[in-house]
Amino acid sequence: MSFLAKGRVLKNQQLADDLYELEFLAPQIALKCHPGKFMQIRVSEQDDPLLRRPLSLYDVDVDSGSISLLYKVVGQGTRIMTSFKPDDTIDVMGPLGNGFTMPNYPLNAILVGGGVGIAPLMYLARWLILLDCQVKVLYGANTAGELVASDRFSRLGVELEVATLDGSAGYHGPVTDLLKDQDPHEVDSFYTCGPEMMMAEVAEYVACNYLWGECSLEEHMACGVGACLGCARKLKPADVDYVKICKDGPVFNVQAVEFMMGR
Amino acid sequence: MKKEYGQGTGQPDISVNLGGLSMKNPVAVASGTFGYGFEYEDFIDISGIGGVIVKGTTLEPRPGNPPPRIAETPAGMLNAIGLENPGVDVFLNEYLPVLREKGVTVILNIAGNTVEEYARLAAKLKGHPGIAGVELNISCPNVKEGGLQFGTDPVMVKTVVEAIKAECSLPIIPKLSPNVTDIVAIAQAAQEGGADALAMINTLMGMAVDIRTKRPVLGNVFGGLSGPAIKPVALRMIYQVYREIDLPILGGGGIMNFTDALEFILVGASAVSIGTGNFVNPCLADEIVDGLIEYMQENQIAKLTDLVGAAAV
Repeated sequence: MSFLAKGRVLKNQQLADDLYELEFLAPQIALKCHPGKFMQIRVSEQDDPLLRRPLSLYDVDVDSGSISLLYKVVGQGTRIMTSFKPDDTIDVMGPLGNGFTMPNYPLNAILVGGGVGIAPLMYLARWLILLDCQVKVLYGANTAGELVASDRFSRLGVELEVATLDGSAGYHGPVTDLLKDQDPHEVDSFYTCGPEMMMAEVAEYVACNYLWGECSLEEHMACGVGACLGCARKLKPADVDYVKICKDGPVFNVQAVEFMMGR
Repeated sequence: MKKEYGQGTGQPDISVNLGGLSMKNPVAVASGTFGYGFEYEDFIDISGIGGVIVKGTTLEPRPGNPPPRIAETPAGMLNAIGLENPGVDVFLNEYLPVLREKGVTVILNIAGNTVEEYARLAAKLKGHPGIAGVELNISCPNVKEGGLQFGTDPVMVKTVVEAIKAECSLPIIPKLSPNVTDIVAIAQAAQEGGADALAMINTLMGMAVDIRTKRPVLGNVFGGLSGPAIKPVALRMIYQVYREIDLPILGGGGIMNFTDALEFILVGASAVSIGTGNFVNPCLADEIVDGLIEYMQENQIAKLTDLVGAAAV
């Protein structure tokens, strides 16, 4: 079940140069949230920019009814979002899409996130911890300053390993280099979100070690509910059918996807 | 909450007879923007909508165009979906019975590459109750082989409408392309072919360019422009056709609120369709009906038909 609602902004905080956390109250929606699902946010009451912006759930507090989104300023829409202020009323729609598969028993999970792609893995980690899973997060970014989710992960009590491309924090290099140090026999499942080049390496590790994994994909969207068929993609070039990222995803099995290196 | 409108309830009469197609209110949702209706059931009671014009349907399934299929533009968007649909048999056997059960006013949008294909599509609808009317997509600009030609050539428009009327007794509503020099000539041809009403306008052909890749944004290069950006063009064309052609018009193009809808009615639309606006506000169809009723009550207008074409000078 999804809803169209008015959310009251609690905070809209700049966490790094172009990374913001938007938190708003929408109790009815919060009750239906599941990791990996996303919200469609109307950025302007004017008709320009026209379309809602799809953003995955970063964190949800069912008790208070608040929903957090982590977003990166990439264009006109997200630029306007930075002007949202506490007590503003915003037009929100969700939760939408298919989220991550939840385990039926406590397992060992590794979450691999890059850049703003870390967003859906936060709420996922919260659920996995509630299910008594062992959760390790491999978190990569360009610089130490962009590792904006680290503290929150630490508070959740997950094991966290970070990597930065400039070496300013943690391992110096791509986060997927940290996969080499993992023991594949100690892990059951992988979850990943971030640049597709990164997710491709996670998928390869998963395949080579006969493991299981899911990834969350991103696409420009119009409706967000599977009506307009705008966010179509062939998961593999030889596939006949296009999936719709909004409705069939955004979460897919990593082995079903051939990742696109430029994205 | 379910609302009942109509005569005898103290409410203004907002029902519409669109060339034999009976609508409980004047607000339809446009083909390709509302799927089959099910997609929006969390947000709106689809049986309360004046007409649900379902996704463009073809004889055989179509996979659609390669992505990217959409691009946002100033106060609008481009799309080149390429008529992705499961084919008419799946619609008739799987989706239609469910929509009928729910009491949805279903308007089927059909698209073909040849006159014969349209006729075969129309013939297939026999024996399938629950379709209130048929919208003819003769103007989809995305399908290379034929789509555009049908909608831009008056002779072809007349031929295809005649062929469908011969096979199908349902109200037939050709959807006109705005990508023509003389919209009245096209509307005239549709009327001569036996059209029961006209839907206008479809999207305006456009394109977008990515300066980083130096390539067109859309996989199909060209796409159809929709949204508020095209509203003035739609109003002008409906106005022109309303003054010259004696057929009811289902008008749309960038409607985002009830005042937009009212503008379309004032230039000659008997009913309106919401397209891109559904993406922004999935409850828009209901909100426009409420807005129209409130406006009519405030201005003591008993019947919606009293407003149709009132701006024509």
